[in-house]
Amino acid sequence: MHADRRGLQTATRPLACRTGAPFSLTKSDAAVTISNPSLADKAAEAAARATPDGVVVRVRALSDRAIAWLFIAPTIVLLLAINIFPLFWAIYLSFTNFRANRPNAEVKNVGLGNYSRVLNDPDIWASMQTTAHFVFWTILLQTVIGFALAYLIDRKFRGHAFWTTLILIPMMLSPAVVGNFWRFLYEPQIGLFAYAVSFLTGIPTSDIQMLGSVNLAPWAIIIVDTWMWTPYVMLICLAGLRSIPDYIYEAAEVDRASNWRQFWSITVPMALPFIMLAVLFRGIENFKMFDMVNLLTGGGPGSTTEVASITLKRDAFEAWATGRSSAFAIVLFVAVFGLANIYVKALNRVKQR
Amino acid sequence: MSDPLLTPQSPALPPRRRPFFLRRGPMEAVAVTVIGLGFLMLFQPFALVLYTYSLVTLLAGTFMFMIVSKFPE
Repeated sequence: MHADRRGLQTATRPLACRTGAPFSLTKSDAAVTISNPSLADKAAEAAARATPDGVVVRVRALSDRAIAWLFIAPTIVLLLAINIFPLFWAIYLSFTNFRANRPNAEVKNVGLGNYSRVLNDPDIWASMQTTAHFVFWTILLQTVIGFALAYLIDRKFRGHAFWTTLILIPMMLSPAVVGNFWRFLYEPQIGLFAYAVSFLTGIPTSDIQMLGSVNLAPWAIIIVDTWMWTPYVMLICLAGLRSIPDYIYEAAEVDRASNWRQFWSITVPMALPFIMLAVLFRGIENFKMFDMVNLLTGGGPGSTTEVASITLKRDAFEAWATGRSSAFAIVLFVAVFGLANIYVKALNRVKQR
Repeated sequence: MSDPLLTPQSPALPPRRRPFFLRRGPMEAVAVTVIGLGFLMLFQPFALVLYTYSLVTLLAGTFMFMIVSKFPE
């Protein structure tokens, strides 16, 4: 019966195509043919004959390609409307003196004036260094700790699933919650963090002003970000470690490679694409870090924790210098875009190995 | 290839390699170096002048990368 059905499908396929609904018609056809093939055959033929020639041509024009475009069109339209258009609009605004709080003022073209101001401003330069400090240390700490945790969890000891879940909890919290939560933990008088440090070191709690001190505040935000996002790096590294087949280790055992050698010659190279992926994700995310730092310190004390995105927000929505802040945003965009280019190239090279 | 002893013995010579500045591999490396330089210039804490010219460097590197990555190998 199976062979019969297939034969009939191929027979009716051209007819069905002519009637314009290839898939539904052949399917229902097949269902009917099991009981009475000749009747369905006749029906299909009749339907094909009844279809006017004009319709046949029109429906046939909808190729696979056209259907694919039809499906992705809504996404592309949305992407153009809320991603691509604002990007080009920001490029346009960065050459003008437009101010969003004065929509009726005359918009003048100032050429490269905004860019020269942004790129000669010592305050913006300082915020770039704050960002660099934050990104460098968070990525370093998160990668090292995250990989170490993944390596330990991968030993598959008793209850490792439980510990994985426990470690993943910080990642599941909202950054707004984490910011508020750690502001309380960092309180010198009532905070748990100050209490614990003072318990261990003997320094009085009133001296441990993590968010109030100029020297400690940049490290306070690094600690919080590391606490929150190390599990994420760990998860990606764990996926990488799990993907290394066991037989490679067995072969290394046969060759009497030491654990140290196995780690550096097998584990690290094979997990490297995953580590780089984690670094890429965290790098981009921390480059534009705003919410958590804004809640923790708001850029203070002074402007010691004012990362680039906070400076940008202050320029755009407190000083209302829309044109200048657009230029700043474009500078950041170019930096991230260039970095992503380097990164994709490096990732491809690692994958090829 | 210009060796007179070698050329007659190998009738199916490989096509001549494109010049250095038209090959993808080395030129991509150059573009990536320029981008990396611009990135370091943007975030270094030593001289404001370097920061000022970082955007130009980054743009040059990025556009170079976009063009150069379309070159054949």
